[in-house]
Amino acid sequence: MRADRTKMPVQDPEIRNCNFDEVALGYTPELAMLEASRCLECKNPRCVSACPVNIDIPGFIKHIKDANIEEAYHTIYQSNILPAICGRVCPQETQCEGSCILGIKSKSVAIGALERYVGDYALKQNLSIQEEISEKEEKVAIIGSGPAGIACSASLRRLGYQVDVFEALHEFGGVLKYGIPDFRLPKEIVDKEIQNAKDLGVQFHKNMIVGKSITIDQLLHEYHYKSIFIGSGAGLPKSLGIPGENMTGIYFANEFLTRVNLMKANRFPAAPTPVRIGNNVAIVGGGNVAMDAARTAKRLGAKNVFVLYRRDMTALPARQEEVEHAIEEQIDFRLLRNPVEFIGENYVVKQVKCEVMILGDPDESGRRSPVGTNTFETFDIDSCIISIGQSPNPILKSATPELEVDRRGRIIVSNHQTSIPGVFAGGDVVSGAATVILAMGAGKEAAISMDQFIRERA
Amino acid sequence: MYEITEKKILNQDVEWMRIKAPFVAKNAKPGNFLIVRVDEFGERIPLTIVTHDEMSVTIIYQKLGYSTQLLSEKQAGDFLFDVVGPLGLPSHIRDVKTVLGIAGGVGAAPLFPQLKEYARRGVIVDLIIGGRTKDHLLLVDEYQEFCRNIYFATDDGSCGQKGFVTQVAEQLYQEHTYDLAIAIGPLIMMKNTVLLNKKYNVLTDVSLNPIMIDGTGMCGNCRVTINGKTKFACVDGPDFPAEGIDFDELMVRQNYYKEEENHICRLKLGARK
Repeated sequence: MRADRTKMPVQDPEIRNCNFDEVALGYTPELAMLEASRCLECKNPRCVSACPVNIDIPGFIKHIKDANIEEAYHTIYQSNILPAICGRVCPQETQCEGSCILGIKSKSVAIGALERYVGDYALKQNLSIQEEISEKEEKVAIIGSGPAGIACSASLRRLGYQVDVFEALHEFGGVLKYGIPDFRLPKEIVDKEIQNAKDLGVQFHKNMIVGKSITIDQLLHEYHYKSIFIGSGAGLPKSLGIPGENMTGIYFANEFLTRVNLMKANRFPAAPTPVRIGNNVAIVGGGNVAMDAARTAKRLGAKNVFVLYRRDMTALPARQEEVEHAIEEQIDFRLLRNPVEFIGENYVVKQVKCEVMILGDPDESGRRSPVGTNTFETFDIDSCIISIGQSPNPILKSATPELEVDRRGRIIVSNHQTSIPGVFAGGDVVSGAATVILAMGAGKEAAISMDQFIRERA
Repeated sequence: MYEITEKKILNQDVEWMRIKAPFVAKNAKPGNFLIVRVDEFGERIPLTIVTHDEMSVTIIYQKLGYSTQLLSEKQAGDFLFDVVGPLGLPSHIRDVKTVLGIAGGVGAAPLFPQLKEYARRGVIVDLIIGGRTKDHLLLVDEYQEFCRNIYFATDDGSCGQKGFVTQVAEQLYQEHTYDLAIAIGPLIMMKNTVLLNKKYNVLTDVSLNPIMIDGTGMCGNCRVTINGKTKFACVDGPDFPAEGIDFDELMVRQNYYKEEENHICRLKLGARK
């Protein structure tokens, strides 16, 4: 049994930080076989229970070993219709791979890389799976075409329901389209995998803002949907709340990433939406979105991109792989720095003033909390991208007063059901900003509750 | 795809369109706006819903930059790639007896549904409408249906007073009292109107049209400082009481992409002409 984990080829950092092509290139068939051979095929596979959608991981890896990639795809597809996406963006190190028994003594099986290999193979070969669906008459509505909505729609469609997905933007995929950059998740892959749900018979409707274009009440009582799933995500940016934040040159990560990912501002003027950041760009925050923003800024040609984070390197909430890639791409980390003020001239930002922090006692998250030292440092900047988190968009709540949310605007659910009978919710709109796969897991589980609700009412 | 069912040229710079968009029309209220994308690669352009019926909405736009020029190339019978709405909060209709509408240029379009709503509720409505020339005064016939008096101001004096809408307003304030003014137009015009109205103790509402992408509160590009607090024009507005708005900040934000806009116009439209 080989102990070495098979590395996935990547683009050279010096080249890739100037382009938007994918960083990780994927396994060749030989590398995939090699890595698959490391799986021990445990009797009680811990990886499966650690997967939010419980993919039969040893099962699909066995098929790779047997060189039957099509069958491997079928195995994954039973639990997850978006393998090429999840293989790329799941935090496997804390889920399946984090539970792999091999990880105790050496390195876990590269399950994510294998899933991606299978997903990509299926897309390249145009593998389509014909499913027998026994049709039901009842209609269900899904709000949001992000990971939660897609997973929920597919599950309900397989149960035979007539499924309509309503998306506020002009493209489908939610955060997969506006949030995650091409170099981590090419948008063709998102479109192709969403096609899987379309092929199942799920109907997608763009430009439909539920709460504005149509209300929950209208969906239930005028259009006679039997049940509704809210998977509208966490799209509202959090602000620093410090002086000068509304000067020009200061972006929320949402705006910056949406300009580039959804509107293709990196191709300006071929695409008509511009983005401007200058040479010295500060990124505030240490999560995956901050890493995406930093690496995108670098690719747009910024000379100096630095991350301002109020704790130290060990506390960065971003995935380790993203941090490593960022460092390789010359992103500078200025740690233990907490922005307290933006300084500008005539409403244009010129500098960010930071307090130097030290680490004190652990807080409720278990991480040592940053404490101010009353010493300050000022950095010259042309722009700043604030990436300190997102909360749920309040449009739906304000249009639907009877929908109960918590203090942070997250929808309150019990067994995925909201305070409105028949209306369910899952993903970031319930949990706050989390991961693609957790949202998919919630969407799948909610589908089961919705089916139960509809059958009990029938 | 969304069909353009009717199109009118209002003057050399400004055009009117009726678009079939039943889900935008269905819940639309005075003050709401929509976002259009002309083609597959288009920018998202926010525009006020001027009027609506059951199936369609009307918009008025000025051919100002690349994307509005592109929109202008579309004719009745053509299709737009995306139309989404109704966005923003409906206008907050105040309990008043007399209102003065003040429209600058294409601002006459967003002002129209609000002023009409006040008139419908029995409020006495006067209007000052300003533009570069006589040809730039928009919707005058339509306004005449419900306004008590209409006053004009043009830059070249070709209609009404030569000069600014604020000069006309100041004269009016000598003889009339108004409970409220609604001023919509270029930022500098709205800023100056508020300054004047403060002097005469007239409340002012404005409608803002800052740069925005999604229009649903996601990007935060459209943020505006009001009495020291941040508001998003797309979801908290676009209409606001004007007294606390930091117009100077907003003007700088509005001009952030001027260079890129000029560049793409030169590059793409220059070649076309």
